[in-house]
Amino acid sequence: MTMKRDQALKVLSQHYPDGIVVPVYQSAFDWMGIRPHPLNYLCTGAMGQGSSHALGLALACPAEPVVVLDGDGSLLMNLGSLVTIAEQKPQNLWHFVCQNGIYEVNGEFPIPGQKTVDFAAMALAAGYNEAHTFSDLSEFSRLLPRILATPGPVLVALHVEAGEPFPRDYEAIHSPQSRAAFKAALAGRRGR
Amino acid sequence: MTDPLSGEQILAGLAQAEIEFVVALPDIVTCDELLWPIERSQSFRLVNVCKEDEGISICAGMSYAERRALLLIQHTGFLDSINAIRVMGMDYQLPIVMMVGLQGIEKDCTPAVSEQNGVRIIEPILTAMNIRYQILHGSADASGIAEAIDEAYTSSHPLVFLIPGFGG
Repeated sequence: MTMKRDQALKVLSQHYPDGIVVPVYQSAFDWMGIRPHPLNYLCTGAMGQGSSHALGLALACPAEPVVVLDGDGSLLMNLGSLVTIAEQKPQNLWHFVCQNGIYEVNGEFPIPGQKTVDFAAMALAAGYNEAHTFSDLSEFSRLLPRILATPGPVLVALHVEAGEPFPRDYEAIHSPQSRAAFKAALAGRRGR
Repeated sequence: MTDPLSGEQILAGLAQAEIEFVVALPDIVTCDELLWPIERSQSFRLVNVCKEDEGISICAGMSYAERRALLLIQHTGFLDSINAIRVMGMDYQLPIVMMVGLQGIEKDCTPAVSEQNGVRIIEPILTAMNIRYQILHGSADASGIAEAIDEAYTSSHPLVFLIPGFGG
């Protein structure tokens, strides 16, 4: 059983309406449509780096909650970041992984370990405070408020499949305007 | 002839430049003079990473919050991180400041004429990427660290310090 990604992200947006979010690849395209917001940190640039950008933000802004919307193929490129994050113990970091088993924006080819990889187990082994796996939307909806109230680092693996298609706006995620908007919004949030 | 480079000078420059975070992966060139003292220091928060490109992205995230960071790595890690550096440094022009130990460089040798392939190609790569860099040969070179870092953050561009070694 899997969830539609857009439905899972809509649930997240209802419980996390205006904090910092670092979304990557297809999750970024979906998230821009579901929750357009200047505190969406879209410019992660290199594949796999979302969790590390999020850690930098979380350490630099300890009073701000930071959510990363990672992908399974992306996280596989940066598994060491689980250990790095766990060692730093950012209580303000929640690490969601949209696990669809494929490189969705790169030809939909299967990821290594498509049927076996367990990101929640990896996160716990690395030292995350908590980790969860969801494939049922109602269960995810029910437990999400408690998860977001739990000090990080917390990993949440979401078994998803593509839902409502959102445009792949690469120009937006690499644009100077997006970066400037994020920086200004963050400065405003931090009272600078 | 300039006095030999010392870790104390570099650490003083980092403090003067208001570096708060040092993101690092150990390198034999810089470990004793920089990384261990930083680990013991109360002046910096050390973030140990598992791979150097993580550090590029951590520093990038911090830069948006206007918190200053230094990435301390070996030239092999720099080479391994080229794509992240390309995006964050060249495309986004973020102030990613790196100190790069030139492991294996011959004594009293400049990187451009090193017989070590990995060392010799660093400067041409930095030039091709249009990334500003300085080679810290000795004490006189270290005196400009704070000003260079300050300029990198003020103007928002990447900056690399190359470190061949310490002492005489």
